[in-house]
Amino acid sequence: MLYREAGQFKTSYAADQQLFPIRQDRMGILILLAVVFLVIPATASEYWFSAILIPFLIFSLAALGLNILTGYAGQLSLGSAAFMAVGAYAAYNFQLRIDGIPILVSFVCAGLTAAGVGILFGLPSLWIKGFYLAVATLAAQFFIVWCLTKFPWFSNYSSSGVISAQQLIIFGHELTSPQEKYWLVLSIVTVMALAAKNMARSSTGRAWMAVRDMDVAASVIGIRLMPTKLLAFAISSFYCGVAGALYAFCYLGSVEPDGFSLDMSFRILFMIIIGGVGSILGSFLGAAFILLLPIFLDIAFPWVAGLLGLPFSSATVSHIQVLVFGTLIMFFLIVEPHGLARLWQITKEKLRLWPFPH
Amino acid sequence: MFKYRKSVLTAAVSIALLSPAALAAGEQYFPITSYRVGPYGANGQSFFGGFVDYLNYVNIKEGGVNGVKIAWEECETEYNNAKGIECYERMKDRAKISTGPIHPMSTGISYALIDKTATDKIPMAMVGYGRTDAVDGSVFPYAFPLVTTYQMQASAIIKFLKEKEKGSLAGKKIVFLYHDSAYGKEPIVALQEEAKLNKFELTVIPVAHPGNEQGAQWLKIRQENPDYVIFWGWGVMNQTAIKAAQKIGFSRDKMIGSWWAGSEEDTVPAGDAAKGYMSATWNVAGKDVPLIADIEKVVYGAGQGNLGDISKIGTILYNRGVSAAVLSVEAIRKAQEKYGEGKAMTGEQVRWAMENLNITDARLKEIGATDLLPEIKTSCDNHEGSGKIKIQQWDGEKWVVVSDWIEGNKTLIHPLFKASAQQYAKEKGITPRDCSKES
Repeated sequence: MLYREAGQFKTSYAADQQLFPIRQDRMGILILLAVVFLVIPATASEYWFSAILIPFLIFSLAALGLNILTGYAGQLSLGSAAFMAVGAYAAYNFQLRIDGIPILVSFVCAGLTAAGVGILFGLPSLWIKGFYLAVATLAAQFFIVWCLTKFPWFSNYSSSGVISAQQLIIFGHELTSPQEKYWLVLSIVTVMALAAKNMARSSTGRAWMAVRDMDVAASVIGIRLMPTKLLAFAISSFYCGVAGALYAFCYLGSVEPDGFSLDMSFRILFMIIIGGVGSILGSFLGAAFILLLPIFLDIAFPWVAGLLGLPFSSATVSHIQVLVFGTLIMFFLIVEPHGLARLWQITKEKLRLWPFPH
Repeated sequence: MFKYRKSVLTAAVSIALLSPAALAAGEQYFPITSYRVGPYGANGQSFFGGFVDYLNYVNIKEGGVNGVKIAWEECETEYNNAKGIECYERMKDRAKISTGPIHPMSTGISYALIDKTATDKIPMAMVGYGRTDAVDGSVFPYAFPLVTTYQMQASAIIKFLKEKEKGSLAGKKIVFLYHDSAYGKEPIVALQEEAKLNKFELTVIPVAHPGNEQGAQWLKIRQENPDYVIFWGWGVMNQTAIKAAQKIGFSRDKMIGSWWAGSEEDTVPAGDAAKGYMSATWNVAGKDVPLIADIEKVVYGAGQGNLGDISKIGTILYNRGVSAAVLSVEAIRKAQEKYGEGKAMTGEQVRWAMENLNITDARLKEIGATDLLPEIKTSCDNHEGSGKIKIQQWDGEKWVVVSDWIEGNKTLIHPLFKASAQQYAKEKGITPRDCSKES
């Protein structure tokens, strides 16, 4: 009843081509943005900013990056965490070595550095596909972490190899409170997510999807495989690189190469599998599921246990949490193999007919 | 609209869940970021078991610190940095009212918390791990690498070897075999300085994480044929190294591990190969220490013990947990002396106490912890407070202490911390405090 596009006529090409063609969607996005930009900063506690919202946004961005490569261009990658590491270390080094460089420029440069490295490790994709490519990107994962550990120049000869992010100064103002960091992360993520959504329906995005669905057919209709695949690697790594820089500067504050382990790459991959492969919204839903659900379970269990008077130790709670989390992953994959984003799509389709489905 | 209503509802519910349980007035709160599951869960169980048992012991035996009961809350980190931060943020609100020092027991988590704890005015103790240049309290007011650091430990090991070699290491060959991470790399600078000073030849050989494959490294050690191997291992790497040493026929009594390579968890799985292996330690193992025996009697007697597996009482890591708790409780005591006995102490007050700790042997004897840990005396420019270790040797069944307390070369090592802390201050734009003005 509320969600129906009847009566919305498009009278210009611009109206027909806009990012959200349905009015209710536009309203929804605007309300959502208003909430996350204005309402949440005014109401959320420090815990919410530092422990939940900031990591959620950063991992959403990384998942978005991987989704561009894997979901849209069909190139399986296991190196996302390594590209994040490149971004984090590059941003640190730009800040350190170039006097007076604005932090946002550092972030962009960090993204570009990651993109360059991404192109390098994307080269094998011209010859190999599927699982074999995943193994090739695994090399990126190990090589980059090894490289950052091996050459002390990257960590400015710190004896421990740990880098500690510099201050965040934007237009002469130092961002210190979690709230300000949240705004910064949110702004960057919003811009990049909208850019990704736009890109996905442009000729570039359509070329990626053509390559994903069948690369021989794509090359027959005139899509050049090499630039298309390498562009996907570059843009995906750019997103991951910026996510890595934010991870170091706005979330942890200090990082070491070992922190960007294969384990983290897998988590990002699980985020897009659960959230929805080839969907912008899916990246966010997946990140929320993988990051927030364990925290929620962690908090809810002792509470429930206390209510029922069960003597759970914190170790037992952790074990149960892992169990439930694993079960939920299986449940969602069985119920909806196309991810949470698909569930949302189905809901939308149902909403169009509600309350009178035929 | 459904979507928003639902998310608002979830948010409301979770906020309700998150609001900290009311702290009974006058209780001394201890936030504990522990790990009992995950890759290092076994180590965490012993350490945090000892830690919690001692807090409980103080509550049962003395009714708290000068009558102030200790309350604690545990949050599982799984040795994971992100989870550690989440835990810290979750417990922070309570800790702002009253707190004991946080012990992250993970170098990664302590690095991630170092700025946050300083902003929130919550003291953090890194007993035998963590950011070592925090010894310089002028730059790191809220971080305390108490007892001793990796660098001082490496220096003390060299001193031990020098004594063993009748006063000179000149011309000797020493291999440093290390876990290729922040933890393993930190002592290298100190060892290089020692090598210059004592004229021995130092070769450093890294082992990639997790270290369950060390064939190439030990082949190199065989070629080098060093007089000693100083070994900075962690987790599964330790037993692998001990077994590999046996395989190439390198005498285990010429191998000295760090204190993270010297627990029962490392030697027992290596079996016979571990006999004769030595390691550094800043606390002793065993139930001979009166305090440990008393904890077993009082806490486990009352059925309130924290360990599931009682056989872990008296192990090196359990005793380490007790030692860490002793330091924390002594800090609370010290703070109460200055800010009022019988009150719960805030983070700022505990911080002052940790900077002015003076735990003498006499005091250790009073609490029954004679020789469990060295004497501690901290100050603004020395957050370490001791720098002493003992060397222990595995006799096939248990750890036997084979030396007295050995202090590292402070005049050589402390300037390194100072320089590193200054660099950190510069990078971060921190103006160091003037330690001469602190009381």
